[in-house]
Amino acid sequence: MMTATALFVALLAELFPNGISHYAIGGLLVGVGTAVIYLGTGIPAGASTFLESTLSYGSSLSRFQQYRPSRDWRVVFTFGIVAGAAIYAATFQSGLVGSSLHQPATTGELRDVGGFTIWLTDVQPWRLFLGGILIGIGTRLGKGCTSGHGVCGVGSASSASFVGVATFLLIAIGVAQLVQALGVSP
Amino acid sequence: MSAEHEQHPLFMPLVFVGGLIFGFGLGFSHMAQPEVVLNFLQLSDLGLLFVMLGAAVVTGITFFGVKQFRSKAPLTGAVYGRRLKTLDKNVVVGGGIFGVGWGLSGICPGAAYASLGVGNIFILYGIAGMFVGAYVQGFWRSARADSSAPATTAD
Repeated sequence: MMTATALFVALLAELFPNGISHYAIGGLLVGVGTAVIYLGTGIPAGASTFLESTLSYGSSLSRFQQYRPSRDWRVVFTFGIVAGAAIYAATFQSGLVGSSLHQPATTGELRDVGGFTIWLTDVQPWRLFLGGILIGIGTRLGKGCTSGHGVCGVGSASSASFVGVATFLLIAIGVAQLVQALGVSP
Repeated sequence: MSAEHEQHPLFMPLVFVGGLIFGFGLGFSHMAQPEVVLNFLQLSDLGLLFVMLGAAVVTGITFFGVKQFRSKAPLTGAVYGRRLKTLDKNVVVGGGIFGVGWGLSGICPGAAYASLGVGNIFILYGIAGMFVGAYVQGFWRSARADSSAPATTAD
């Protein structure tokens, strides 16, 4: 029994080297944010439609103009996401607030800018840009992203979203392994 | 969802507050860090499963539970419904292209907006790429829609 417990603990430490509390709390908050909007408005808000709806301000293409009715609130939603993450940066990330449930960043670079700690990625710009292009094409063609399919769609028990999530998750795991095997880092 | 539904004075403030909580959660969970997402996809730290599971469980309970108490949303009058999309070839092809981009970069749209919020200015490369990609597919699909159905108007 003791051995089984020790094995289990060792396995957890192997699979979750940074613990799970900050992941689970963050995920619950992402769900609460989505739920607040849904309860008030009936809208299951995803993050990737913003890309197309915002393009409707500058392009008359029919594909973008169809999102005209929702483009204003989608800008507000996105500003909210940026501002919410900035509040996290000003509090926990800057060390103003602490909790045993919070995990300080172990990746990238933390830099102090006048008392406000910002976090900077080490992932190379070409990966962000090229990946971004594929994400812009894929999420819009595939009818959703990690929040639209992954949170709202899975929460709706939608079969299209289960298929979408399984597809992008498995492909992403394969590609990330391949990129790592090719020695691209970070 | 028509624009007149946005007339309620609390509509935009509520969307903003929802975004704040959403973005704070992405910061707190470190999903705003591409490295953490890449560590997950390379299977060296599976903690990100709890971000996605935690979020889907809360929305699932909300989406299915609210209908026991109300049928319509107070600020818009919209009937509470599920987020259902048609399952077709596009879901798989688009999901596959998104998967390649996600695996290459470790970013996705919501997490990228949050990454900007934690101060990661380099994420602007990724967000710029997303707009380029969204424009490319929109340009291509608008052209195809216009040539195959010339009688259809944009509205």
